[in-house]
Amino acid sequence: MNSRFSKSTQTYLARLGVLLALLLGALFAGFPVLWMVASSFKSNTEIFAYPPRLIAESFSAGAYLAVFTNAEKVRFFLNSYLVSGMVTLLTLLVGILGGYSFSRYTFFFKKPLNMLIIGVQAVPPITLLIPYFSLIVGLKLHNSYLALILTYMVFTLSYAIIMMTGYFNTLPRELDEAVMIDGGSSFVALWSVLVPISLPGIVSVGIYTFMLAWNEFLFALTLTKTTDMRTVPVGIQLLMGQHSYEWNEMMAMSVLGSLPVLLLFLFFQRYFIAGMTAGSVKG
Amino acid sequence: MCRGSCLRPRSAALFQACFPSEKTALSTNHSKATSFQKLPALRKKLVPFAYLSPTLLLLAMLSLLPIAMVFFYSLQDNVIMNKTPQWVGFENYIEILGDSVFQQALLNTLYFTGMSVLFHLLLGLAFALLLNTRLIGPLPKALFRMIYILPWVFTATIIAILWRLLLNPNGVLNYLLLWTGLVSDKIEWLSSRQLALHTVTFINIWAGYPFYMVSLLAGLQGIPDELYEAGRIDGANGRQLFRFITLPQLTPIIVSLAMLDFIWTMQQFTLIWMTTGGGPIRVTEMLSTFTYKLAFSSYEFSLASTSAFVILLLSMGVAWFYVRKQRASDE
Repeated sequence: MNSRFSKSTQTYLARLGVLLALLLGALFAGFPVLWMVASSFKSNTEIFAYPPRLIAESFSAGAYLAVFTNAEKVRFFLNSYLVSGMVTLLTLLVGILGGYSFSRYTFFFKKPLNMLIIGVQAVPPITLLIPYFSLIVGLKLHNSYLALILTYMVFTLSYAIIMMTGYFNTLPRELDEAVMIDGGSSFVALWSVLVPISLPGIVSVGIYTFMLAWNEFLFALTLTKTTDMRTVPVGIQLLMGQHSYEWNEMMAMSVLGSLPVLLLFLFFQRYFIAGMTAGSVKG
Repeated sequence: MCRGSCLRPRSAALFQACFPSEKTALSTNHSKATSFQKLPALRKKLVPFAYLSPTLLLLAMLSLLPIAMVFFYSLQDNVIMNKTPQWVGFENYIEILGDSVFQQALLNTLYFTGMSVLFHLLLGLAFALLLNTRLIGPLPKALFRMIYILPWVFTATIIAILWRLLLNPNGVLNYLLLWTGLVSDKIEWLSSRQLALHTVTFINIWAGYPFYMVSLLAGLQGIPDELYEAGRIDGANGRQLFRFITLPQLTPIIVSLAMLDFIWTMQQFTLIWMTTGGGPIRVTEMLSTFTYKLAFSSYEFSLASTSAFVILLLSMGVAWFYVRKQRASDE
């Protein structure tokens, strides 16, 4: 069959085939997202209009306006930003210190501790949920920001330490030694030399941490109680529980709830993917 | 957590070993007289622990203590709800393992996880190969890559309501199927006993393949061209090049991805909770939703702790294989 077509026709057909496959794939990946965005601009009565239309006659940003003018819903976003921001900050701080220790020192219990940090990543959240619930209630932290910030750190911190250790390991020890010869402490070496050079790694870890915290659902569902303490993922669930579905508002909230991660992704694509694939791909 | 919440796989880096090779760690240069070497030996030994103290405190409080607690709870009856729990040994384990709902949840979880891992891999590989082609210019390729990664940007809650909108009996998918004549009646994707488990599995497949795609694409780009050139000189055709060069080169990545995905997907809670809640009549009940309901709907905290501990053991079993495999490839 090869002989029936000239070389250039074959390349042309191959290119056409690949393009067609790519378009089909894009439809599979992108259509649901497109539909979500389109629905957020419809009126609720037109969500299930027959026949369905991507852009309805009632095209308006009314659903967004409704979300923004509802103090309860705005609060979901504020809570999410506050919790995710704090988790990111604390995780980076503790993770940098921990990673530095793992990278630059040998110490008693290093191996078992390393195993623990790796192992924590495989612990199912549902296993931790019951003891967390009883601890958080016992500490009178139920329904507080601190309950979420603390518990989220179990996963973000171990991730941060693993990543920061790996990053510091790539930096020569002569850097720290130079500072110490000048009379600086290891602490000064860490903050004035290593941290500034490690900024790309820190950004990757920060983005990933923020995203984990922003998306978390199970702990937020269980460890907070009142509507004013809910984060975005739980807030969206609350909207669904109400007897009549405001689909357009739910879609608008979903778009707004995805925006921070989407923007981080668009602006920091390289760091984002680096954080995501490290480990599974060995260089 | 994502798993909890997470659909969104936590990064694969997770299980990477963290300490430097002993060689670098011990190579502190002793010949230079630096001030920190004058510190008393004991104080010097404490320095790494000073840096680690917040980590140690948090990890002890957030992982060791809770795991000990959940195990302790599982050996007792009437924990949390009652001030005086009774010690029952391993009776809860016998009860939970013999529970028909637990068994069904286990089977559902295995189906959900197995199919997700398989199709994540197939789709991820297919898309990675498409994106690695030389037949398309770099700009359209970057655009397609961005579209393909999209599902990964959304959290499980949002993915759940998005698909509830699309799959609604009056929704757009049913409309398209009716319009093309593929089906003659509206399909109840999420509330049919025959379809619900397949539907949630499909949604999870849609949500999770980008992680594979991105990792495999990086892997593909790392395969040296010389290998393909050598293959072509030996007269291999495209299929043979894929079979004997591409696949073997990708195998280590594929094994890592599949194991991590298996661990994470097994823990999926949010997606199920937000689409079907385990119904209809438990056909989509997973170990995670089963455990959650046991604890927070029935207040059977002892049995829920037992189930939670069994899930931990299952997860750790897979993780153990993973770490062993990573070790082997490190050496």
